Amino acid sequence: MHALATHALRLGDDALILGQRLSEWCGHAPALEIDLSLANIALDCVGQATHFLALAGALEGQGRDADRLAFHRDVMDFTNCLLVEQPNGDFAQTIARQFFFAHYQHLLFERMQAVQDERFAAIAAKAVKETAYHAKLAGEWVIRLGDGTEESRARMERGLDWMWRFTGELFAMDEIDSAAIDAGAGVDKAALHPLWDARIGAVLAEAGLAPPAPHRPVLGGRIGRHSEHLGHLISDMQFLQRAYPGATW
Amino acid sequence: MMNSLSRKDWMPEAYRKTLVRQMSQHAHSEIVGMLPEGNWITRAPNLRRKAILLAKVQDEGGHGLYLYAAAETLGTSRDEMIEALHSGKAKYSTIFNYPTLTWADIGAIGWLVDGAAIMNQVPLQRTSYGPYARAMVRICKEESFHQRQGYEIMMHLAAGAAEQKRMAQDALNRWWQPSLMMFGPPDDQSPNTEQSMRWRIKRDTNDALRQKFVDITVPQAEAIGLTVPDPELKWNEARGSYDFGAVDWEEFKAVVKGQGPVAKERMAARVKAWEEGAWVRDAARAHAAKRAAAKQAAE
Ligand SMILES: [Fe+2]
Ligand SMILES: [Fe+2]
Repeated sequence: MHALATHALRLGDDALILGQRLSEWCGHAPALEIDLSLANIALDCVGQATHFLALAGALEGQGRDADRLAFHRDVMDFTNCLLVEQPNGDFAQTIARQFFFAHYQHLLFERMQAVQDERFAAIAAKAVKETAYHAKLAGEWVIRLGDGTEESRARMERGLDWMWRFTGELFAMDEIDSAAIDAGAGVDKAALHPLWDARIGAVLAEAGLAPPAPHRPVLGGRIGRHSEHLGHLISDMQFLQRAYPGATW
Repeated sequence: MMNSLSRKDWMPEAYRKTLVRQMSQHAHSEIVGMLPEGNWITRAPNLRRKAILLAKVQDEGGHGLYLYAAAETLGTSRDEMIEALHSGKAKYSTIFNYPTLTWADIGAIGWLVDGAAIMNQVPLQRTSYGPYARAMVRICKEESFHQRQGYEIMMHLAAGAAEQKRMAQDALNRWWQPSLMMFGPPDDQSPNTEQSMRWRIKRDTNDALRQKFVDITVPQAEAIGLTVPDPELKWNEARGSYDFGAVDWEEFKAVVKGQGPVAKERMAARVKAWEEGAWVRDAARAHAAKRAAAKQAAE
């Protein structure tokens, strides 16, 4: 795959897998309002995934559309970061994942909406408004749970700690990222890391929570080396397309 | 006779009670109804269908929210209503006690269940209690959108490969009778109809609505090449309506009593979500109280 196609694929896979995870909550959230807001974020993610995967397919030029990419690849060809494929766990764990990821994605899209390549810029410009809301919502819950009760605070700490080891991967750069920057379609993610630390840190301070202890980053998602969780997620997601090859829906 | 009432108007206690019962039952149905459809979100066959289904289930949650809010104007809190649902005291639509086995069930629910819901609900847009009527105006608009989306899924399956058409027909076979039951027991066995019609909480009888549903839905099935599973179904020229076979009211009664095929699963899922979410709701309340206290101290 062409570097720019892979770049689009990674962005699409992040959104696709997170949307899939969030939609698992539908009908089961702690309160009706939470159910609606998680579904809302999931819907935004599916929309972003559709745009980025369609772009990836077009850049690849092999006739694969967004659905072909979403429903007909195996684990080793998925390029999402490990963070988004992590299981929902309890609500605090879901919020921790959302909090870390939405702040990263928001910083990313803030810059990507200004890149030269209009295809990437256009998707980012639309998505940046969504991610602003995702980051705000997740941050509010981090504060509520951190400040709320002893139990909610302990759960929030555990959730943050569970997800923390996957945050380093968000900012890791490789040759695909460099090629994307050279082509006017990418963002220097490493440069976002300190900004992310500052935004995350400010919310955690307001929640009365300390950042989790440092952990060696767990990497591999971008090159198809995933956690055990992803295989189950995609076997569920791809069931109909796999069971009825060639059918349209 | 009453015209439109608002919550500040005096109303007879029995009228108020009936309204709360009807509105909360409707709200519960929206919420429990998220489960059978939510069952297919992660397995939706493509990205477009996934987005449509997510948005639909989100709409249903929104309906639940307006209806709880409208019912709360009559002095019963949402927590009390949810408590009544979980204890089995409050009812919800019998239809959601049937399982969604294949993707075609998502089409069948939109087409038949949302379709039947619209027929039950359109008259309620002019119901005598203002907040309920207003909620229904908004809800009906969305339900008719859902109905079209569901029918479109069925149309696509029915025109697809043989195994897809089989899936669609199987879904119609399973959802047809339960959909007819959504209009409630026959008129001669409906204890509340007469009083509710007098209060203008209800505007048409169960049997009249059921007939209307059959008359509208049968040609829709025929148009996409599906067969309504009723050997007695026949156009009656004299009546200008379809005659149709008897509904299994024994099954209906059992499902009302909580003995539907997946009734236990539905309630277990709701109770689990509620109990496992208690610490979240407690935390939100505790945080809000701390915030309010801090604000007061600062003033
Ligand atoms: Fe609804
Ligand atoms: Fe609906």
